[in-house]
Amino acid sequence: MDATRQPKLEAKSVKLAFYNERMKRRLQVLDGIDLKVFEGELVAIVGPSGCGKSTFLNAVDGLSKINGGEIRVDGKLVTAPGPDRAMVFQQDSLFPWYTVTRNVTYGLELQNRLSKDEILDRADALIDLVGLEGFAEHYPHELSGGMRQRVNIARALAPDPQLLLLDEPFAALDAQTREFMQVELMKILSRARKTALFITHQIDEAIFLADRVAVFSARPARVREIVTVDLPAQRTLDVKLQPRFRELFSHVWRLIQEESRTGLALNNGGAA
Amino acid sequence: MSVAPAEDRAATREDAADTPPGRSFWKRNENLILGLASVIAFLAFWEFAVRAGWVNPLFTSSPSRILATGYEMFADGSIYPDLWVSTQEFVFGYGLAVIIGVPLGILMGWYTRLNALLDPFVNALYATPRIALMPLVIIWFGIDMSAKVAIIFLATVFPIIISTMTGVRTMERDYVRVARSFGASDRQLFATVALPSSIPHILTGLRLGLGHALIGIVVGEMYGASAGIGYMMQTAGATFQTDKVMVGIIIIAGAGMALTQVLKMIEARFDIWRPDHHA
Repeated sequence: MDATRQPKLEAKSVKLAFYNERMKRRLQVLDGIDLKVFEGELVAIVGPSGCGKSTFLNAVDGLSKINGGEIRVDGKLVTAPGPDRAMVFQQDSLFPWYTVTRNVTYGLELQNRLSKDEILDRADALIDLVGLEGFAEHYPHELSGGMRQRVNIARALAPDPQLLLLDEPFAALDAQTREFMQVELMKILSRARKTALFITHQIDEAIFLADRVAVFSARPARVREIVTVDLPAQRTLDVKLQPRFRELFSHVWRLIQEESRTGLALNNGGAA
Repeated sequence: MSVAPAEDRAATREDAADTPPGRSFWKRNENLILGLASVIAFLAFWEFAVRAGWVNPLFTSSPSRILATGYEMFADGSIYPDLWVSTQEFVFGYGLAVIIGVPLGILMGWYTRLNALLDPFVNALYATPRIALMPLVIIWFGIDMSAKVAIIFLATVFPIIISTMTGVRTMERDYVRVARSFGASDRQLFATVALPSSIPHILTGLRLGLGHALIGIVVGEMYGASAGIGYMMQTAGATFQTDKVMVGIIIIAGAGMALTQVLKMIEARFDIWRPDHHA
């Protein structure tokens, strides 16, 4: 990785706290996250559950306000959602009242930057790209879970974002569909030439897809370690059987285990 | 690798729907046939009871008398002025309630402050039988058509407001997040998320309002009027013209069923995106 280049995404000691209404106290979620993502890179975030991965992603998207540090995309400070970023949400975030096409064109229609024809052409191309030819006029409820996530990806790609954010995009899929979609996502992203930051709770998914894996600590989250995945760039599912893949997997797994234990200890006031 | 997503689920759904082969005409239309049979049996018994002299047609009328009277009223045109007056009252009263109720319900669902300001009034008036307001309405509007428009409006507007408001307030936070992520302004969020997701609620409100509107017509005209179906029924009833009263009931019931059917068709049109719709 060329350290002198300007990163696509740069998060510098990002802090974020919520006021928890129920527990009547401030909850520090992010405690100084430092992370860079470079052009064309795919970075995965893993960490103990509830550590603040999704919160961080929302902050990068501009949906959550941060209380400290800064987030820059292409050098520009992030304060609100913008067309330079797009989020692939978890399953069932497609608008059920719109057809596949209208879901895909959603972002572009809001921007009102292209003509109707240009928008439709772009939607057609993206629907092809994610392998859903012939389903343009279907409604989300007529599609399988895997197909819905393809639409979700196409919807995020439509405004041509600089940075694609994926929030556990395959979490709701069954194991086989998920593996299939991992391969598909890799192909889609390399064809679309996108930089992406994605969250997963599947370690093997993170290693399989990512160039680097950022392991978050227990809440309040920091980046515990960034693991560079030194596997060939063009991967097939066979890579999961390689010894190096297993090594990386155990390494990341151990890190998360340690953090989960610390997290438990912290949240039980040191009793565990 | 070629793409072979699991689209089968979507495809089989259409094939397997409706008419599985081998089911007879009787099985497929059982409910309709039974319903029709019971209505015909009821009418036949009614007619027979009158002709056999078991009951006095002065009180009960009979299907053939109702038919004859109805035919006569339409043939000599005596029903048209009443029908026209009631139709106008309905159109203005219900129309006004829709024009005011839907936007107001949307605003109250959208702006919590406005909701807090208006909620006491809406709730109190919704809980009050609107017919109880009739004397006031007559003081304000007299007994001409505007009074009936007012009472129909009052009867109808609150269920419409409340359903619409509920629709907007219960819209899914997830969709709001998606819209915001794509940079939707308040206005765009409203048009692309709030409105589509509340349409089923709005239509439910319109359907509830319809029932209230018909009550408003009949009671309003009975209370004080110089024309209209309710008025016609009232005067006919006072002079023991049971057949005419029955014609009035049938007209009101028919109008209610027809309008409900229209709303159901509109609902089906808007519901194609729902997983469980049966158009």
